[in-house]
Amino acid sequence: MKSISMRQFLNDYKVKRRIKRRKRLNRSTAGNIIILFFLLLFGLFSAYPLIYIIANAFKPLHELFIFPPKLFPQDPTFKNFSDLLTLMGSTWVPMSRYVFNTVFITLVGTAGHVLFASMCAYPLAKHRFPGKTLIFTLIIYSLMFSGAVTSTPVFMIMSWLKLIDTPYSIIIPAFAYPLGLYLMKQFMESIPNSLIEAAKIDGANEFRIYWSVIMPLAKPAWLTLIILLFQSLWSANGSGYIFSEQLKTLSYALGQIVSGGIARAGAAAAVSVVMLIVPVTIFILSQSQIIDTMSHSGLK
Amino acid sequence: MGVDMENVTTKKTSKWKKLWNQIYKSRYSYYLMAPYLIIFGNFTVLSVIMSIFFSFTNFNLLEFPKFVGFDNYVRLFLEDDIFIIAIKNTIILAVITGPISFIIAFVIAWLINELPRRWRWFMTLIFYAPSISGNAYLLWKLIFSSDMYGYANSFLLKNGFITEPVTWLQDTRYVLWIIIIVQFWLSLGVAFLAFIAGLQNMDQQLYEAGAIDGVRNRWQELWYITLPQMKPQLMFGAVMQITSSFGIAAVSSEIAGYPSVDYAGHTIVLHLLDYGGIRFEMGYASAIATILFMIMLSSNIIVQKLLRRVGT
Repeated sequence: MKSISMRQFLNDYKVKRRIKRRKRLNRSTAGNIIILFFLLLFGLFSAYPLIYIIANAFKPLHELFIFPPKLFPQDPTFKNFSDLLTLMGSTWVPMSRYVFNTVFITLVGTAGHVLFASMCAYPLAKHRFPGKTLIFTLIIYSLMFSGAVTSTPVFMIMSWLKLIDTPYSIIIPAFAYPLGLYLMKQFMESIPNSLIEAAKIDGANEFRIYWSVIMPLAKPAWLTLIILLFQSLWSANGSGYIFSEQLKTLSYALGQIVSGGIARAGAAAAVSVVMLIVPVTIFILSQSQIIDTMSHSGLK
Repeated sequence: MGVDMENVTTKKTSKWKKLWNQIYKSRYSYYLMAPYLIIFGNFTVLSVIMSIFFSFTNFNLLEFPKFVGFDNYVRLFLEDDIFIIAIKNTIILAVITGPISFIIAFVIAWLINELPRRWRWFMTLIFYAPSISGNAYLLWKLIFSSDMYGYANSFLLKNGFITEPVTWLQDTRYVLWIIIIVQFWLSLGVAFLAFIAGLQNMDQQLYEAGAIDGVRNRWQELWYITLPQMKPQLMFGAVMQITSSFGIAAVSSEIAGYPSVDYAGHTIVLHLLDYGGIRFEMGYASAIATILFMIMLSSNIIVQKLLRRVGT
């Protein structure tokens, strides 16, 4: 499998995927101006609240409550972030505990999801076996309703398994998030069969093919699954399943801080920035791979 | 006769044997799929079946469930006024945010695709960021806060549109509209990315062929070439937007409070969480979940059928 020809093949395949673009036809200046105008308008609506929240995190308390409110801080400060650290030490449950809980849920949940979904997606994309159509049909239908529908039975199952009030009540259902499997399977279908056959001739078994041929090529897809699951677990509130204070999530703590009123307004903005910066950074780093995956997302 | 019977049974057994052989041959496929399918089977497939089953019972997790027939449904539609409000709000929210967010997602994706390549990633980030920014939408609470420090109030006060602060989130006239605005802000998610991706990977030769065949501007190009080619992505996007627009809950409870003023922002999902997560009336909650499931699934299937018919 590590023969040179195989590597060559992989490289050629990767190069072919990058489609060269030619110059656009039929584009008028007037049209360009209209398009820029609308993009700026929508873009402002989209970006303004985010800029505002980041700006707020750097405002001293008195500046948060001036009339009329100003967008940019006059006298920027890191006090809100340092307040957050003191708040971490002074509350009954230290803030670091919430951070740890959220990081644990997010990392374990995301890693398990990427692993299980890709293991399941490979046979669905590349093998023929009885029950394949049924499984994929069920996956498609499960895209058509949200998790709220199953929240009550999930609670029952979790309480029977004695997993209520543990992080696993959020982590385990996240493993089988249907959208992730769907995107993974669609992406894997674009991997050429010849690669799998070549590996089979080299004597690799199915697990080996999955791990050393499919997984490296499906990197764009797992980056997509990571961002999708990461952002939903990172902001998971979990208050319906977790009742012990020391197991609650950062998102829950943020809600408490925000409802803490004026005195906490600065710290609340600082937490929001912490909450949004992580998923946004991951997205920035993996955008082109995610777009690559989404191009296979179409429902036929 | 006897010979015939024997033939039939051997045919039958050979059919089962064949199936078994196929299953045995592809056992590695099943091993690979097992972890995911066990969890998916329990928490999605079985959960839906359980929801439907328990919706005909009275169940509080402690005592054995008691079969009550259609009582839960009768109670929902005839006695529960708040549920009727929730259904009304959910349908208003879905009918407005679903189609409009779908169209906006496509329009913005298309506008971005018209930009030079090096700008695209940045604009994609700007529009996609809200949907992955976690709880950043809580900021809208500050924008619409009831005192004059709220952004909306201070803007309107300064420019003389109003003379005293409006209590945006305590006023039944505004609550639903504010939820709609916030939902729009959050709505450029997976569907939007699918559209961006579909547009970027369009076969350029089609456009060249179109130009030769008399496509004269980008609007014609959009209508005659891009849209028909994008159909699979559009169908996928429709599923995503419909499902999320019927599932609005957290935005409402975080922005407008839980419960909101006169239940002005109450939705089916919030009603479900109220009974399933707080009152532990599992049978009643299951009935709500079953209705929500029916609404989501049927509207998705209908829209899929309609979209499939367009342009064929």
